[in-house]
Amino acid sequence: MTATRRAADTFILVLVMLAVWQALHQIAGETALPAPIPTLSYLVHNVATRRFAENAATTVEEFVYALVLAYAIGLAIGVWMGAHRLAGAVGEPILVALYSLPKIVLYPVVLLIFGLGISGKVTFGAMHGILPVALLTMGAIRAIPPVYLRAARTLRLSPGETIANVLLPAALPEVFTGLRIGFSVTLLGVLLGEMFASKQGLGSMIMTDMQLLQGEEMMTVTIVLFAFAAIANAVLLWIEHRLHRRV
Amino acid sequence: MTRVGLIRLAVIAAAIGALELACRLGLINHRTIIPPSEMASTLWTLLASGAINADIQRTLGMIALVIALSVVLGFVAGLVIHALPRVREALDPFFATYYAVPIFIFYPVLIAIFGLSIMPIVLIGVATAIVAMIIATLNGLDRVPRVLTKVARVHRLGRIKTAVTLQLPAAAPYLFTGVKLAVSYAFIAVVAAEFILSPAGLGRDIADAYADFNNRRMYALILFLLIIATLLNSALHALDLRWAARRTGGRP
Amino acid sequence: MSGPSVQHEVHARLEGVTRVYPSAAGQPPVNALGPIDLDLRKGEFFAIVGPSGCGKSTFLEVLAGLQEPTAGTVVFEGKAVRGQVADGIGVVFQEDASFPWLTVWDNAAFGLRRKGVAASEIRRRVEDALTFMGLKDFARAYPAQLSGGMRQRVCIARTLVLQPRLILLDEPFGALDAQTRLLMGDEVLRLWRRTGATVLLITHALDEAAMLADRVGAMSARPGRFIDIIDTGWPRERDSTIVGEAAFGEITGRLWERLRGESMKALGHVDMTAAAGE
Repeated sequence: MTATRRAADTFILVLVMLAVWQALHQIAGETALPAPIPTLSYLVHNVATRRFAENAATTVEEFVYALVLAYAIGLAIGVWMGAHRLAGAVGEPILVALYSLPKIVLYPVVLLIFGLGISGKVTFGAMHGILPVALLTMGAIRAIPPVYLRAARTLRLSPGETIANVLLPAALPEVFTGLRIGFSVTLLGVLLGEMFASKQGLGSMIMTDMQLLQGEEMMTVTIVLFAFAAIANAVLLWIEHRLHRRV
Repeated sequence: MTRVGLIRLAVIAAAIGALELACRLGLINHRTIIPPSEMASTLWTLLASGAINADIQRTLGMIALVIALSVVLGFVAGLVIHALPRVREALDPFFATYYAVPIFIFYPVLIAIFGLSIMPIVLIGVATAIVAMIIATLNGLDRVPRVLTKVARVHRLGRIKTAVTLQLPAAAPYLFTGVKLAVSYAFIAVVAAEFILSPAGLGRDIADAYADFNNRRMYALILFLLIIATLLNSALHALDLRWAARRTGGRP
Repeated sequence: MSGPSVQHEVHARLEGVTRVYPSAAGQPPVNALGPIDLDLRKGEFFAIVGPSGCGKSTFLEVLAGLQEPTAGTVVFEGKAVRGQVADGIGVVFQEDASFPWLTVWDNAAFGLRRKGVAASEIRRRVEDALTFMGLKDFARAYPAQLSGGMRQRVCIARTLVLQPRLILLDEPFGALDAQTRLLMGDEVLRLWRRTGATVLLITHALDEAAMLADRVGAMSARPGRFIDIIDTGWPRERDSTIVGEAAFGEITGRLWERLRGESMKALGHVDMTAAAGE
């Protein structure tokens, strides 16, 4: 019964948000903020336009490259700093400090180095994602009870077998949390990069729509991105809970 | 300073030194990155001349405003939500997903509604920071020992007095974590907003310098923001560690 | 106490073994163990008792090959043990070493799977071990769903399936209450008789050592050395009911006599009676 009540409450919440949207629309006017229903209808009819598909493809491409980079580099740094106590002690505050920095101020530097093409946005996205992946992987490795390693030795496992069959599964839940957070911040980094000095991608599409007063398309793209991020996060969270439940 | 701290300092100094060397030796193109010493000296000149004072005031002022609004409104909202369990349950999935979603892409929508003024920047800043404060407040209030609220009722304190004299101090260590996060998010959101599109401010300054190929000015400003952000976050982090003992030493 | 002199086959031998932990971060080096001279007899149940921090766990780890001795030699079944765990040695640790991401069944099968043993053999041995340890009904459960005592049994089962010839137990019942410990002691005795292995048990509980072992080594405070090795003379078919026998009281009395001073040393007191030339 509580499940249905919770669903009802969430539904009410969504209705409230739509009502607020409608109210804002009355205040702000058509071109600034279109009303919810016309926007949703636009979304249904126009999301499949060629322009949207092209921009979405660009964003997806940049995002995937950035994510792979962020995961690979973040995991490597995290494992190294988790396994080597000194490296971890020295490096952790540096990573934490970098995490809270407004990395946007480094974007011009990235552009100067990589130019205005796709590599700039990929790098910028990866810069965001590396940090939570590294930090949480490091934490995961450190949290492995040392007795597991002793047990692995008494079971006469080779170092490779120990890593694959003991360290990895022991660290996996927390590492996965890092991957989930890394997913979100990498997406944000890529979109931020597209919002500045870029002619392609969903981020730049939003900026262009704003300048050309195309409210419906702007809101549509925003909603699509929110929905994508929310659904992806929900899926990753579900996996994460299943991993955590056993540990 | 501890041995680890010294090693860390050495690592950072070595990195900066390596960059300096690479730039001076021409390994790095001067049009791409300028030597750190030049960044510092340009910054010094700018600060001394007072040329960027207005922008500094504007950016830091906006950040301060966003922090103030986020912390106060976030705390009050947290108090209210905490007192309404059903509302809290309904909002739970919203809070859980909030930071997984790129909130910032709402900024252009805000500009479309409110025009190019301080409103969209303040709003996106508060939108980014406030939820962290609300979550921290809820967390902190959860950890207030229930017996304290009973004591408040015995003493017939009103809702506001209970909040201020009992709940606030008991939840303080967790609230501080919220403040720390809110500051960090406010800084990031305001600077990003200024950078992307804004009439004024240090972020806008950097974007202009980039567009004008004025590397020296650009790097000087970047350095300034990095230093301010690092100092601010480090100070708060150090304070947060002090509160940590009160957090973990508390009742389960 | 002991019967007619029997020629005992030596299963493991430690000669002149010491273990010094090197200095680290401004602390002086720690003389943790030794010198130790001991012959472990094949098939015997040997217990080590001593005050906290005396080096009992270090002893176990050096014997197992988890740590290298600073001096002296460790020989198991005729071969030297140095820094690597030898084939035929099983260890049950004090901490819970069950792998939470595997079921009880997969935990038990873990060691066998990597050795290229046939699947049918694995199944037979795991079923056997789980039944023996009373875990058959929990084969599909995860360790997180079990109590601490049961998780220890999972670790014992995991060791059992490898059919070790020397079983080392490091305070395996540390976290359990006294009555449960006595019952778990019965389990360990069953295990010992069933497998015919040599068993070395580390414990801080005198009664546990006196009840379970053929021989009890009393270890001094750090650096741990054997100040006495007592022959209990118990029959092989024994269980926890022997705590009622007179001999049990005598053995525990003798152990405490040896260890009282050492325990006070470990706590930082000086043995006043010894100092006064008792």
